[in-house]
Amino acid sequence: METTPLIPQGVKRCSKLQFSLWMAAAGAVLLWGVYAMYLVWFKGLNQTNMNDAYGFALWIWADLAVIALGGGAFFTGFLTYIIGKDKLKNIINYAVIIGFICYSSALLILAIDIGQPLRGWFIFWHANVHSMLTEVAFCLSCYFAVLTIEFLPIIFENPKLDRVPFLHHLSHNMHRIMAVFAATGVFLSFFHQGSLGGVSGVLFGRPFAFREGINVWPWTFFLFTWSAAACGPCFTILVTWITEKLTRKKLVKDDVIQLLAKISGWMLATYIIAKIADTLYWAMVTAPSMGFSFMDFYSGNPVYGIWILILEIVICGIVPAVILITRKGREAKSLLMLGVVLAVVGVCVNRWVMILQMLAVPVVPFEEWFMYAPSWQEVATTILPVAYGILVISLAHRYLPVFPQERELNPTN
Amino acid sequence: MKEEHGDKHTKRYGMVIDLDKCTGCGACMVACYAENNVPFKKDETDKLDSLNWIRIFQLTNGKPYPDTEICYLPMPCQHCDGIGKHGHPPCVSVCPAIATDYDDSTGVVSQIPTRCFGCRYCMAACPYHARKFNWWDPVWPADTKKYLNPNVSTRMRGVVEKCTLCFHRYQQARDKAYLEGREEIYESEYQPACAQACPTNAITFGDLNNPDHAVFKLKNSPRAFRLLERLHTNPKVYYLSSKTWVRRAGDNYLENESRPKSNRQKIHS
Repeated sequence: METTPLIPQGVKRCSKLQFSLWMAAAGAVLLWGVYAMYLVWFKGLNQTNMNDAYGFALWIWADLAVIALGGGAFFTGFLTYIIGKDKLKNIINYAVIIGFICYSSALLILAIDIGQPLRGWFIFWHANVHSMLTEVAFCLSCYFAVLTIEFLPIIFENPKLDRVPFLHHLSHNMHRIMAVFAATGVFLSFFHQGSLGGVSGVLFGRPFAFREGINVWPWTFFLFTWSAAACGPCFTILVTWITEKLTRKKLVKDDVIQLLAKISGWMLATYIIAKIADTLYWAMVTAPSMGFSFMDFYSGNPVYGIWILILEIVICGIVPAVILITRKGREAKSLLMLGVVLAVVGVCVNRWVMILQMLAVPVVPFEEWFMYAPSWQEVATTILPVAYGILVISLAHRYLPVFPQERELNPTN
Repeated sequence: MKEEHGDKHTKRYGMVIDLDKCTGCGACMVACYAENNVPFKKDETDKLDSLNWIRIFQLTNGKPYPDTEICYLPMPCQHCDGIGKHGHPPCVSVCPAIATDYDDSTGVVSQIPTRCFGCRYCMAACPYHARKFNWWDPVWPADTKKYLNPNVSTRMRGVVEKCTLCFHRYQQARDKAYLEGREEIYESEYQPACAQACPTNAITFGDLNNPDHAVFKLKNSPRAFRLLERLHTNPKVYYLSSKTWVRRAGDNYLENESRPKSNRQKIHS
């Protein structure tokens, strides 16, 4: 009897033993995170180093960061299916899988973060339409559903599953209407990426984060969407590069990577101009009207100096933008990767300051700066999604035809 | 001032705390703990995860002896009216599950612990750190459980709580007035525990919109100020101090600002 292999035909994969050891290592880290998650769920948030000054901390940063990094899925989908950049079809599968991992991680972190996890559904049932967090919850959940729908046909392309006629045809038909889901994803992403920016931007009691804007949307609403569209694809490129290094194979052609990098670069360049304008207006108009000088936010504490703003805007904003918009920068692999890494770090720093530094700044004049270091349980549960991501990517790469160009780039004969 | 608290025909309960009278004794805190069944930890050294609906800050003018001056500042929830006149405090609109509420008829910002699922967005929104999270389940040592106030529900781990201006007392006063055929309640009928417990009468409580209530006049005193007025939080807790450095300590100012530029003063000028 003929048996269909689990691994796609025409591609090389490591031995079962090697794969098992790799999965066991990632699984061990995952279990460490699961144990910390168990402690938090059963003993409560007293397992963390959060306090009444730090209601938001490492987890909310991780949430914002993974959602921004997962932005590669919606923006690459937008470029591929809506704008018609066909070349990006060679990386869209991976962008979707990375997005799926990021968004499922974000939902898991949120479930750990709330004080009463069993009441998590209240956000839908008792929804306050005026809250940015409600918008985040709805759009995030809906978009996660969209990502799942986008991921399913890739799973159905596994050789064994593809032999099932129903799944084969379902996968084929889903591919045909994928533009509809991509458009839905773009619409939902615009709102949840934006509302995540709005979470801190609307806080008029927090001069560090508060921004004016248009109607109910503060400028951070637009800046968060913009930065996610710029830096999300950079994360996709980075993970692709790491995967290539680990598997010692070329998986995506350079012209595909460079096209995505070029678009990312221009998004980043325009974003950073908008970010600088926003920072200048905030520093010169918004904050002074609340009685704060610009340097009040960057002095008088052991951590948050002006260096963090320079890191975010210059080193991780202007520099990668310049690298990625120039042909020489994109064509030199080391420069390209430097630009990509800096962009990823930049968006993570932005999310950090908008949550952690916002809460560190003393607003009542007779209070001091509030400092915070996460507990091991917070760190472990934040690393958990990384281990989970490694497991999902490893399984996907081994058993699914994720990279359409892999066979061409790595002929087996 | 009354324009800042909405329609003058509606009630806007608030308090005026005379810092010239406050000795920092902490009676208000003790009364609040007892009245509202606020739990406490075995070790209360770390105040950042303590449950307290009213805290007392010690302020100093920063000058060396013999010019050193000290001021004690009790800080409950400021029950902000927020931007506009329709009740938009920093914490209420952000709550994703409507677990915190602005009562239009009284101006009281309340918390619904059974609705709260502990996202703590309201805590991030409040610049006064008036909102407290139950990091632990409440523990009532020995027989103290018997002394809990039956009119106030205890809260569980994982939810936010805060000062309610002893709203249960308002409800009791309303019930009493109804039974006696009155539409209005007397000023003395609704007083929070902290105001009643203060031995120096530093805390005065009442309807900020009612000219017959003491707070109506006190809030217009030249000694009056509010905390962080420049943020447009529009608090209903006023402070009185005869000392300029204390009034100035209530808000943030740029180095080149020689005198406070608050909304309140803008309205008066």
